[in-house]
Amino acid sequence: MLKKILALPAVVLATSVLLAACGNNDAASDKQEETPVAQSENQTSAETTDAADQEATTGSDYTAAVDGYRAFAIEQIDEFVKQTEKFTDAVKAGDLETAKSLYAPARMYYERIEPVAEALGDLDPNIDARDGDVEAADWRGFHRIEKALWEDKTTEGMTDFADTLLSDAKLLRAKVETMDIDASLMVTGAVELLNEVSSSKVTGEEERYSHTDLYDFAANVEGAREIYNLLKDDLAAKDKDLNQQIADRFDALEKELAPFKDGDGYVSYEKLKDEDVKKLSQNLDALAEPLSNMGQVLGV
Amino acid sequence: MTEQNKESLKKPLSRREMLKLTGVAGLGLLLGGGGASGLMALGRKSSPASAVEHASSNDKGVPFYGKHQAGIITPAQDFICFAAFDVTAGSADDLRRLFKNWTAAAAAMAAGEMIGEHNTTLNTPPTDTGEAAGLTPSRTTLTFGVGPSLFDGRFGLQGRKPKGLRDLPAFAGDALDPQWCGGDLCVQVCADDMQVAFHAIRNLARIARGHAVLRWTQEGFQRTGRADPAGGTPRNLLGFKDGTGNPDTTDAVLMDQTVWAQPADGPGWMAGGSYMAVRRVRMRVEVWDRSTLKDQEATFGRHRDSGAPLGSKGEFDPVDLKAKSADGQPVIPATSHLRLAKGDGSQQILRRSYSYSSGLDAKTGQLDAGLLFISYQRDLEKQFIPIQKRLAKNDKLNEYTVHTGSAVFACFPGITNGGYIGDTLI
Repeated sequence: MLKKILALPAVVLATSVLLAACGNNDAASDKQEETPVAQSENQTSAETTDAADQEATTGSDYTAAVDGYRAFAIEQIDEFVKQTEKFTDAVKAGDLETAKSLYAPARMYYERIEPVAEALGDLDPNIDARDGDVEAADWRGFHRIEKALWEDKTTEGMTDFADTLLSDAKLLRAKVETMDIDASLMVTGAVELLNEVSSSKVTGEEERYSHTDLYDFAANVEGAREIYNLLKDDLAAKDKDLNQQIADRFDALEKELAPFKDGDGYVSYEKLKDEDVKKLSQNLDALAEPLSNMGQVLGV
Repeated sequence: MTEQNKESLKKPLSRREMLKLTGVAGLGLLLGGGGASGLMALGRKSSPASAVEHASSNDKGVPFYGKHQAGIITPAQDFICFAAFDVTAGSADDLRRLFKNWTAAAAAMAAGEMIGEHNTTLNTPPTDTGEAAGLTPSRTTLTFGVGPSLFDGRFGLQGRKPKGLRDLPAFAGDALDPQWCGGDLCVQVCADDMQVAFHAIRNLARIARGHAVLRWTQEGFQRTGRADPAGGTPRNLLGFKDGTGNPDTTDAVLMDQTVWAQPADGPGWMAGGSYMAVRRVRMRVEVWDRSTLKDQEATFGRHRDSGAPLGSKGEFDPVDLKAKSADGQPVIPATSHLRLAKGDGSQQILRRSYSYSSGLDAKTGQLDAGLLFISYQRDLEKQFIPIQKRLAKNDKLNEYTVHTGSAVFACFPGITNGGYIGDTLI
C-alpha cells in the first residue's frame, strides 16, 4: 500500500552527518558536529574519518550495516525491474494467465524495500497506489493492472499502464543509486514495513482483486528481517534481551505464516480463516512493538 | 394517591423530584405493606431532600429552546451519543408528528424531567424508560438535523433542499463503510453523563418507532470535567491536544461568519441553523504507538506535551508557518496536520469531536478506536470540503487514520417555545 502522503524528497530523510555514523554517545556526537559535511559524502569506508575511528571503539558505527542495506536494496530493485518487465511484456502481449502468474512474485521485490521507494517522492503512489488512494485520474501502477487482470479479466487497454509501470520501476532503480541511506532510515523502515502489513495486507485490502496479499505480507516481513539481521549484532551488544525478543518474535511470525506457503508462493488470502487473520495480526503487533524500540537502543 | 400528588404529576416533574416522590409520598401508590419500608430506606439513602435541592440548583440544564439549537456552540460536554435515523413514515404529516413528539421529549430531557405522564401508572408501560430517573439534566443538549436523502421526494421537500447539502465527495484514501454513513435525520445528544445521554437516544428511538428507524449510532467521550477541572483543550487518543485552533464561540460576529447559516445564504428555513459534517475516523493506534515521538510531533505539527506549535512554547502561541529550521526545512512540516488544516487561514470550522472506543476489530484483534469528528459550519462547500481535500491528499496523519464513516446534515435553526423541531421546514 502506498503511504497516504506524498513523500518529501529523500534529502529530508537523511542528513550527511547521519550517513557518517549515527553514534549517540557524547564523544562521537561532539566529534561528528565538527566533521565537515563533505567528508561524509560518498564514503564507503568509515575508517577514514576521525569520527568513525571513535565510533569503532564504542560500537556505534553502522557503516557496514548501511552499506549492506544499500547493496540489498539495489539487488532487490534490479530484480524488481527484471521481473516487472516480464510481467508488463505478458500484459502487452495479451497473455492474461502468464501476466497473472507473474504479478505477485514481481511485487515481492518491491515490497521488501518499500520504505526506500516511499522516501523517493511520487514513485510509491505511481507504482503501488490502490483504487481510492489517489484521484481517479492519477491512478496507475500495479493495482490498476491488477484490477484489469482479475476483475475485468482482460489485458485490453493496459498497454500504456504497463509501459508507465516499467518506466517508473526503472526510475526507481536510477534514483536509488544517489539516495542517502542511514541507520535511522533502516530502523524506521523496518517498523514501517510491518505497519504496512498491519494496515492493509493482513486485512486483505492490498490485493483486493488478486487476493495475493500473503506474498506482500511475506515480503514485507522479509524486508524487515533483513534490516534487523544487518543490525542485530550491534543491538545484541547493547541490549541482549531486546535482541532476543525480536528474534523470537520474528520466528513466531514466520512460523505462523509457514502453513500458508504454496510451492514458491502463497495461498490466496481468501483461504485464510478468521482466526488465522487474527493470529497473524496479533503476532505481527507483538513483533513490531519491540522492533520499534530498536532505534532508541541503537541511538539512531 | 392524594389530590396534592395528582396535581404535582400534571406539571413537569424533574427526575430528582420524581425520585423524591416515589421514595416518600408515592409509597402508598407503588407498594403496600412490607415492601414500603425497604423502598423508603432506599429513597432516603439515595436522595436526601437537601441533596436534591442542591443538585437541581446547580444544574438547571441547557435551555432547549432558543435562537439557535443548543449543542453547537455550547461548550462540549463530557459524552456524546450520536444517532442517524432513516425515516419510514409515509407522509409529511407523519414526519411532522414525529418531530412534534420528539420536541416534547427533548425539551423534557434537556430540563431533566421525566418524559410523558405515565411514570407511576401501574397498568401501562412507563412513558419514560427510567434509567435517568433521579439524575440531573447533566447539561444535556439534543441537536437535530436532516440529511440530503430526506429531500428525495418522499415528503415533497425536493424544492427545499439547500444547494450545499450533498453527500461529501470521495476524498483520497476514504474507506467508508455503509454501516456508518448517511441518514435522513440525525440527533446529536451530548451530556456530562453517559447514562443520561444514552437515555435520550434510546427514548427518541422509542418514540420514533413506526416513523423512523436507527441507521447508525456512535458513542463518544472526552476527558470529563471532573478529571480536568481547569478545562484545558482535550487530548485525542493519539495523545495530542485537539481543538486548540477552534474559533471563539463567545464571539457572536465570528459565529455568524463561520457557523450560522445566514438568511441571505438560502434557503430561508436554514437561517440560524448550521451544517454538520460527521466523520468516523478510526485511528490505527497500534501503529501510532510504535512511531517515535519525533515522528508523532512532526505528524501533528505540535509538541505533544504542551500542545504548542512546533518551535513554540505555549499552546496558544501564534502559528508561524514560515519559520525554517537550520537546515532550511519548515519547522512545521509541509505534511503536518496543523499546516494543512490551517491552509491560508481563510477557511474555519467549529470542531466538536469526541473520541470513541468500540471494542475490537474482530478481524485483526486490534482496537477499533478513534475520533467521531464533528464540525459545524455555515457552508460545507466553502469550509469543510476544501480543508478535508487538503488533508486527504497530503496529511501525514493519514498513515495512522482511516475514515470509515461519513455524513452531512443541515441542523435546524433554534426552536421557539411552542414550536417544534423542523417547523421552519415542514
